[in-house]
Amino acid sequence: MDTFVQQLINGLTIGAIYALIALGYTMVYGILRLINFAHGDIYMVGAFVGYFLSYQLGFATGPSLLGLSVVLVASMIAAALVGMAIERFAYRPLRKYARMTTLIAAIGVSLLIENLFVARLGAAPRAFPQLLSEQSYTLFGNAAISKSQILIFAVSVALMLLLQWVIFKTKVGTAMRAVSFNLNSAKLMGINTDFIISFTFALGSALAAAGGVLTAQYNPQIDPLMGILTGLKAFVAAVLGGIGNIPGAVLGGLLIGIAETFVVGYGQNVGIPSTFRDAVAFAILILVLLVRPSGLLGSTVQEKV
Amino acid sequence: MKRLLLSLLLIASLLFAFACERKGGPGAGGQTGPIIIGYYGDLTGRTSNFGQSTKAGVEMAAAEINKAGGLNGRQITILSEDDEGRPEKAATVVTKLINQDRVVALLGEVASGNTLAAAPIAQAAKVPMISPSSTNPTVTQKGDYISRVCFIDPFQGAVMAKFAVNTLKAKKAAIMLDFNSPYSRGLTEFFEASFKKLGGEIVDKQSYTQGDRDYKGQLTAIRSKNPDVIYVPGYYGEVGVIAKQGKQLDIKAPMLGGDGWDSTQLWDLGGDSLNGDFISNHYSVDDPSPAIQKFVADYKARNGNVPDALAALGYDAMKVLADAIKRAGTTEGPQLKDAINATKGFVGVTGTISLDAERNAVKPAVVLKLQDRKYIYQETIYPEGMTAPAAPAAPATSPAAAAASPK
Repeated sequence: MDTFVQQLINGLTIGAIYALIALGYTMVYGILRLINFAHGDIYMVGAFVGYFLSYQLGFATGPSLLGLSVVLVASMIAAALVGMAIERFAYRPLRKYARMTTLIAAIGVSLLIENLFVARLGAAPRAFPQLLSEQSYTLFGNAAISKSQILIFAVSVALMLLLQWVIFKTKVGTAMRAVSFNLNSAKLMGINTDFIISFTFALGSALAAAGGVLTAQYNPQIDPLMGILTGLKAFVAAVLGGIGNIPGAVLGGLLIGIAETFVVGYGQNVGIPSTFRDAVAFAILILVLLVRPSGLLGSTVQEKV
Repeated sequence: MKRLLLSLLLIASLLFAFACERKGGPGAGGQTGPIIIGYYGDLTGRTSNFGQSTKAGVEMAAAEINKAGGLNGRQITILSEDDEGRPEKAATVVTKLINQDRVVALLGEVASGNTLAAAPIAQAAKVPMISPSSTNPTVTQKGDYISRVCFIDPFQGAVMAKFAVNTLKAKKAAIMLDFNSPYSRGLTEFFEASFKKLGGEIVDKQSYTQGDRDYKGQLTAIRSKNPDVIYVPGYYGEVGVIAKQGKQLDIKAPMLGGDGWDSTQLWDLGGDSLNGDFISNHYSVDDPSPAIQKFVADYKARNGNVPDALAALGYDAMKVLADAIKRAGTTEGPQLKDAINATKGFVGVTGTISLDAERNAVKPAVVLKLQDRKYIYQETIYPEGMTAPAAPAAPATSPAAAAASPK
């Protein structure tokens, strides 16, 4: 039982990170019908901005909650700017062409960011400074939850609630929803669609950067290619939950995280080696696409083209 | 399609021409001018601390030899290539070093998987290759041109099993291995065999792959089996994180590892979580022997940090090679290889190096305890048939221990 609870906590932790990244995929898709493949790399950019900031601002010397909050917020802002720049210079000029063009541009941007980082910083993993003291609390007998896990849960829940508030309670959120219904009609209604799209990228990128900094507290190893697999899994999570659907992205992220951890934790007992963890996410993707192409919470409304 | 085939054919014939070039080409094994020695290692990839340390050791040895007048009146030039820690890249750069740069001998790699990819190429080209620190037994089985200056995994795995049973009194061990690494799999196999032979029980075996980001699933499974020790024969990048996540799960059992842990980045990743863990290694910087302390001081003056075991082995590999070139009086592959393989009683920083019939060095291993960014000497374990010298190899603490903390 302890082990089960522990594995559940482990799974929810990585699931929360996937969920944060999946939100960015799903919001951009909801508005532009674009799969932003560079999103996983924004997650990496966020982690690296946090890494350099911690050293620049002198927070790398020891755990400090102030340092962590500053680094977290600053890297979210930096990543938001990067996300907006990508949209402005790589996607906006292509918006009038076929959707496939932008998709390929997204793959190009992703490769560009990764290789720029490798060229400038090298592919060797770096150690993210510890901004949170190493401490674990015990619950349910033997199940341990570490400070970094609590942080991941707390920050991701807070960010998700904040996002929900922005989308449903603010003017800009209303505009976002309008744009996601129909971009051209929204424009006719006087909504500055370019600004809304830009805002959506900023929001999604900030969430991904938060994911990057939070993971780095849990697993301090960061490298320029860390966004590839994590980004792909977050994308799978978005599809699993129903791409374009915000609660779906969260649900999908948590499910993928738990599935992965359970494969590692219990797979051996039924003959699935733990090295199959990554395969599971993609097997789930194929299953979902076969059985329920619109995802778990996705709308079944036919898309008008 | 036709064009593609034609161009492929062209490329293939060009490659073939390059491959053939060495045999009759001028300069191959020439007896004048600088002696060109190839070094290949991971300089920018996931295990780049290994490659950089070894390179620093090799270059320091070469500089010392050159300063003393070179070898048979010739200077040494080291050509380094980066394999990014990838076996396929190792094969490529070694081919380049042999065919384009015409090196007389090769030094490298650290990770056994990369050495295994390069060894057949060196063997086929009859270029002697000394691996400073690949411990997987199959490395030197690739042929008589391949040798090494370190001990091998059957011994290293047994050392940790002995230490766990005899010193730590462990009865139950769990293993966490890097599934795709020959180094890790080899150590796992030999640790498991020795540990069982000594009466212990392996209660769980979990695996990960290089570059994984989360190890808590495996560690939780291991925790539920309550082992006395956890053997983690991996490389520092993953191990540092495993130790950290292990502590987050409140695992009290110490983790045991091998020479793959030895790197300053291990501490950046694992921090205090590593305290109380043990590793087997090739030498201890705390060893008071004058030769070792001189090496440590010179290395620090040159590179600004304390040499890890990989730097010491790189240094020894270069010195063993130089000694063989001197004895052979030539840099021709066949004679040089015979001279290397005949190395007996060479006194290096990492101990006395004698190559056995399998071209492996027979040397003792040290067990070190990890504490606050330091490696504290515990004991020396000798291979079967080799007995401890009269004086103990190293004391528990020495002034050098304080210097061992990096930065």
